[in-house]
Amino acid sequence: MSDMSLHETTPETAYEAQMGDYFALLKPRVMSLVVFTALVGLLVAPVPVHPFIGFVAVLCIAVGAGASGALNMWWDADIDGRMRRTAKRPIPDGRVQPGEALGLGLTLSCFSVVLLGLATNWVATALLAFTIFFYAVVYSMWLKRATPQNIVIGGAAGAFPPMIGWAVATGGISIESVLMFALIFMWTPPHFWALALFVKTDYGDAGVPMLTETHGRRVTRNHVLAYCAPLVAVAIGLGFTSIGGWVYLAIAVFFNAWFLKGCYDIWRRDEAQAEADNYKVEISTFKVSLYYLFAHFGALLIEAALRANHIGGL
Amino acid sequence: MAIQVEHEIHKRRRGRNMGIGLLLLAFIGIVFGLTVVKVLQLGDLRKFETFDHVVRPQIVAETPETNVPLSEVSN
Repeated sequence: MSDMSLHETTPETAYEAQMGDYFALLKPRVMSLVVFTALVGLLVAPVPVHPFIGFVAVLCIAVGAGASGALNMWWDADIDGRMRRTAKRPIPDGRVQPGEALGLGLTLSCFSVVLLGLATNWVATALLAFTIFFYAVVYSMWLKRATPQNIVIGGAAGAFPPMIGWAVATGGISIESVLMFALIFMWTPPHFWALALFVKTDYGDAGVPMLTETHGRRVTRNHVLAYCAPLVAVAIGLGFTSIGGWVYLAIAVFFNAWFLKGCYDIWRRDEAQAEADNYKVEISTFKVSLYYLFAHFGALLIEAALRANHIGGL
Repeated sequence: MAIQVEHEIHKRRRGRNMGIGLLLLAFIGIVFGLTVVKVLQLGDLRKFETFDHVVRPQIVAETPETNVPLSEVSN
């Protein structure tokens, strides 16, 4: 807010953006998932990291994710205002000016990347910089409004954090970190499309092509099952790497069977059946998908704890 | 017109200012903590010491004949 505007507004009418409004720009719920997966990537790596450096690294990854969220909100302010779910975000609601979100996003992007570089290594830093670029430019500015596969390719941005956490510890990329990336990457489409089937969205009104609206619900159901199959392969395959083990495999087999059954049930049904029971299967499969990701990364943590005590592994 | 020390903007922006103050303090803490951890990870700092125009007996190698550090010989 400029000095001039201070004189033009009265205390009764002016709204001063508070810290909470700026924090909301960082998409705190997305940040919590990023923190969890990045922390797991860091902790399961075979190279120990000093706790304080690990804390700063996870903080940088979270701030970088938040910065890309702010850039996303700046770019999408026009369509956010047209959709019920996003209409109350700080920019369309008028609590934060678009320029402020842009400034905050760019500043925090630079801050997180530079600090991660100084605190850890440049492989992890390059991955974080690429993640921010991917989410803000490739997904938000390019793919989101161009293709119904936006959620598939854009999901890569959310899949990078465990890979960055691993790179913080090891200084490189390996099959383990690639498979952790692939796990989230392949999980995102069935998770999101299960949600899209039972939530009445207004993406179409905002001009965002979502699969349910561009290709119909039958095709979306096919896609849910089609993406679940390679997801199972990736999830089970991760159990045979150096960070897997019997505990992980037992948990992975259970949750993959559960999730695959849900995706198969979604594929088998048609809209008439779904509407008859109020999308019961779609809702329950979406919930399973949430447990699914938490269980897999939690199992990796358990394996890491077992290895630290010289038990576990295959 | 009386000069007001406490402008209403001070009240309006108190939360923001406090938040920025706390963030700056946290930033100082992070930089300080990182510095301490990075320096401690360097190990024996004497390996970084070099001559600075004067003889530094404490970093001169022990003499092979006597096996006594030069620092002790000179004193």
